[in-house]
Amino acid sequence: MQSFRAHSGVVAVLRRDNVDTDQIIPKQFLKRIERSGYGDVLFFDWRYHRDGQPDPAFPLNAPQYRGASILIAGKNFGCGSSREHAVWALRDYGFRAILAPSFADIFANNCLKNGLLTVGFHQAELERLLARDAAGVHTLKVDLEKCRISGEDGFEAQFEVDEFTRTCLLKGLDEIGLTLNHEAAIAQYERRQIRRE
Amino acid sequence: MMARTLFDKVWDRHLVCAGPAGSSLLYIDLHLVHEVTSPQAFAGLREAGRKMRRPDLTFATLDHNIPTLGNRMVLEDDLARTQVEALRQNCREFDIPLFDLDSAEQGIVHVIGPELGLTQPGMTIVCGDSHTSTHGAFGALAFGIGTSEVEHVLATQCLVQKKPKSMLVRFSGMPGPGVTAKDLILSVIAQMGTDGAAGHVIEYAGEAIRGLSMEARMTICNMSIEAGARAGMIAPDQTTFDYLEGRRFAPRGEHWNTAEKDWRTLQSDPGAQFDSTVEVNAGHVAPFVTWGTSPGMAVPITGEVPDPNHGASDSERNSIVRALEYMNLRPHTLIQEIAVDRVFIGSCTNARLEDIRSAARVIKGYRVSNSVQAMIVPGSQQVKRAAEQEELHRIFTEAGFEWRESGCSMCLGMNPDRLQPGERCASTSNRNFEGRQGAGGRTHLVSPAMAAAAAVAGHFVDVRNWQYKD
Ligand code: SF4
Repeated sequence: MQSFRAHSGVVAVLRRDNVDTDQIIPKQFLKRIERSGYGDVLFFDWRYHRDGQPDPAFPLNAPQYRGASILIAGKNFGCGSSREHAVWALRDYGFRAILAPSFADIFANNCLKNGLLTVGFHQAELERLLARDAAGVHTLKVDLEKCRISGEDGFEAQFEVDEFTRTCLLKGLDEIGLTLNHEAAIAQYERRQIRRE
Repeated sequence: MMARTLFDKVWDRHLVCAGPAGSSLLYIDLHLVHEVTSPQAFAGLREAGRKMRRPDLTFATLDHNIPTLGNRMVLEDDLARTQVEALRQNCREFDIPLFDLDSAEQGIVHVIGPELGLTQPGMTIVCGDSHTSTHGAFGALAFGIGTSEVEHVLATQCLVQKKPKSMLVRFSGMPGPGVTAKDLILSVIAQMGTDGAAGHVIEYAGEAIRGLSMEARMTICNMSIEAGARAGMIAPDQTTFDYLEGRRFAPRGEHWNTAEKDWRTLQSDPGAQFDSTVEVNAGHVAPFVTWGTSPGMAVPITGEVPDPNHGASDSERNSIVRALEYMNLRPHTLIQEIAVDRVFIGSCTNARLEDIRSAARVIKGYRVSNSVQAMIVPGSQQVKRAAEQEELHRIFTEAGFEWRESGCSMCLGMNPDRLQPGERCASTSNRNFEGRQGAGGRTHLVSPAMAAAAAVAGHFVDVRNWQYKD
């Protein structure tokens, strides 16, 4: 897993609740057998018109969000299908962190495995961020070590992440490797099972 | 000893040891694999030079992007073929049993697990698919995982998990005639919202649940994920055991007796504490229809399309406006006045034998409306054969339905079965997201009986008033 300590970048805003992974990446792009190359089709149906031209009304196509690497989203972001392709697409596009009132469980898990930080913010705090966006300020620093976001304009807010997410991301843990270190415990568990049967 | 919930009991049984930062290492009893979410996991395993720990606890099927017509061993879509071939190759290399397209046991992963007896009470079950929650109907702890976690299970047969919270959804009363498991679960999601159970494992209980068949219980647990839950569970009982006994992978003889005795202990203890509780009166639930682009946007068949002005917050009002625009619906339209172009009876939510029987009962003696194209896609080859033995396929084909081969089909439209832009569909599947059944397509989720009735009438009708011709 990739580590995440701190990141500064452009913040894009997608003000929609319940954005599901079918919207983040539609099914026709799930037929590939690779883990990368999904950035161009992120939010495909929203981002492009049917003729393939970018839809200027879609937030990510707005000039001020060019090169965005931090996303502000609505509640229950990433609900629906477990497709990890959604996270690969967000990562390929360049996103490193997502701030939203809440995330769907499987999606948040998938983000963690790919070094994409998800931070839950209360609606009231998000409103402050949105006001800042409306005022034309579009950059932010997300610091996981200090659990703080801050801007050059003096903006500051603390956030909470659970200890598990924080540890995994700061250290960039190789989860499979760690679990394999528990070989003795796993083998013992399996022996106990056989005896029970 | 402290009173424990069913979920606590299954969780505790599978603890291997502590994981990093307050997490646990959980042992996985059954890993189900399909073609779409697994190729990158096998590739990762290979790249790291790792072995697969327990191929004997792993089973694979082809379901998501396969055709439901014609000679299915010949795939015309290059990308789909590559993915299907990749799964075949991976199964050969790692020695995993595969229910291939010519297998009499092929079908949707969540339909075949239970019908083969692979799914058993008290197990931990995972699959790279969010509707793995289906298997919770047997008192298993079953949840969907992403591809990285699929790789983790392939390599270690374990998962690093933080324990979710618990929620009790208790149904009082009994559902009336014409009201199905699909309606019960849609009403729950409409009540609590699509994130209402986020971070929780739901246990469904109460008189109405005890009265349901295994197939209906699977429909309920299947859609737990649509309420945001990590998993849904139902305590096993005689109905569960009667369903399981004699199935291909179920324990036999002495093993069966031991297992059954153990499974009977898998119930929440009296006084066990849940983090939250939701009460639903099943007697008050009507057949439900979704009107929007999220499964929580559902109302009774007697209701109408909502007015955005009645939304509780700005963001809710915006969601309603967006959904109505996408669905091309006007506020206050009566649900029964909404006409449909397509009807899809299928998916891991509602394509088991009882679903097909219930649709057939409605269809019998009628014809599909001239303005409707209707298809029925059995959940598995076993379901298909069983339905054909009962001659149900004739009822459908004579009425003008297409009778297809088993697979996910138009539940997600990865194969050629999909809606055209602007088409409106009554569907027994589980997701009405924008474009889910085809870009620009409009989905209304309903029960099989409601879908069948809509196919005949050409618009939604209240199946409680149906004139059955049997
Ligand atoms: S039928 Fe639909 S929901 Fe079920 S596994 Fe297939 S695609 Fe997923």
